[in-house]
Amino acid sequence: MGYSGFKVFLEGLRGNTGWKPVWRDPAPKAHYDVIIIGGGGHGLTTAYYLAKNHGITNVAVLERGYLGGGNVGRNTTIVRANYLLPGNSEFYSHSLKLWEGMEQELNYNTMMSQRGILNLAHSDGQMDAFARRGNQMRLQGDDAVLLDAQGVRDHASFLNFDSQRFPIRGGLLHGRGGTARHDAVAWGYARGADQFGVDLIQNCEVTGFKIEAGVVKGVETTRGSISAGKVGMAVAGRTSQVAAMAGLRLPVESHALQAFVSEGLKPVVPGVVTFGMGHFYVSQSDKGGLVFGGDLDFYNSYAARGNMPAMEHVMEAGMAMMPMLGNAKLLRGWGGIMDMSMDGSPIIDRTPVQNLYLNGGWCYGGFKATPASGWCYAHLLATDQPHPVASRFTLNRFETGQLLDEEGTGPRPNRH
Amino acid sequence: MRINCPLCGARDLREFSYLGDARLADRPAADASAQDWQDYVYLRDNPAGPHAELWQHAQGCRAWLRVRRNTVTHEILSVERTR
Repeated sequence: MGYSGFKVFLEGLRGNTGWKPVWRDPAPKAHYDVIIIGGGGHGLTTAYYLAKNHGITNVAVLERGYLGGGNVGRNTTIVRANYLLPGNSEFYSHSLKLWEGMEQELNYNTMMSQRGILNLAHSDGQMDAFARRGNQMRLQGDDAVLLDAQGVRDHASFLNFDSQRFPIRGGLLHGRGGTARHDAVAWGYARGADQFGVDLIQNCEVTGFKIEAGVVKGVETTRGSISAGKVGMAVAGRTSQVAAMAGLRLPVESHALQAFVSEGLKPVVPGVVTFGMGHFYVSQSDKGGLVFGGDLDFYNSYAARGNMPAMEHVMEAGMAMMPMLGNAKLLRGWGGIMDMSMDGSPIIDRTPVQNLYLNGGWCYGGFKATPASGWCYAHLLATDQPHPVASRFTLNRFETGQLLDEEGTGPRPNRH
Repeated sequence: MRINCPLCGARDLREFSYLGDARLADRPAADASAQDWQDYVYLRDNPAGPHAELWQHAQGCRAWLRVRRNTVTHEILSVERTR
């Protein structure tokens, strides 16, 4: 079933009685060529691109809860390609290109809105760092414009230009960045994968691996034993637990990250704006709510909720950057579990267990990576070779010293 | 979340800073193998449930504390000084 404006109009006249479920609800088969553990954004895109790019359709996605119920449904929906380091830069550049073609590719409205991301700079050092980052982004083929204070004022006049403590010197504007409708991304890829014949199996928790002589042969689940040629993990905050069932110990800690949304307001924030003197970023949803967030709660957590000090800090940083935020009422907040890696960059790689693959360590940047993560993970699962743009996301880089520490904060997961 | 500092009593989370897994207090010998150092610096158990971890009462007595805390419920199970 394709979607079109005409179809929406027609269903409006029919009282919307003609819509059908867009994916099947199959029972697990006894064997699949590939099993993906985790029916979130990355798992679903992986299944989709396995079918689309590599013709592998005997695939199951096993999800403990419901599709898209994890971090893909709990983020701040920001899409960008403004990374500095080789290894990250080309990967996120590839991802942004996939975002730009996603709606046509999937015939699904993911509400991709490229209204720009502005990173504020408050010191000469930050301006120099942004000039360097902007140059790197342009060398990669993406866009970046270094704005002076007047340029920032023209872009977002509501910011606090009178601050003595955090004067705004300028900013780096990444015009192709923006936001997308997070749930629609999961649903669009789920529908696409289902149309290729991929089995999306919900309420099916993996409880163990079948490993014989160092080779994974399948998984044990709450809906029975399933054998598989290859098994790929894509379970975000639960990465350490699932990997532990295969005897693996990973360079990952799980931390809670909170996000917040205000009551619906008239359009006021152009794209995304980030504060340079504290961790704060804000955008405005299509519904009008200001969506914002900041730092982690800083300590290991599997509670999908945060504590008050982090919330307080986000509000303070927000008030310092855009004082008019104080006039808006906070509507709700939520927390997600981030799989924070030891250098702040992800892992898409084989594991010491043969035919078992790992996709994790996305920290709090997993959403923008969603399409490219699936693209590259599918490539790895299908060919056993890393995709060229994800070749540095190796599991053994912590052993070899080839770290991708974008923030330069060392092996402290809560500082990335 | 409040942590019951053995020296200061129950104090607000804001007074404490977090380092990580309590194993970070057990540094390998300088001549330990590269594998031991990799385990120490980079690898974590990252349990969902009780977790032994290091906190410092940075805005208080500055003592380093070994805290057992449930990472699912945030319940503090025990607090003791590191040495």
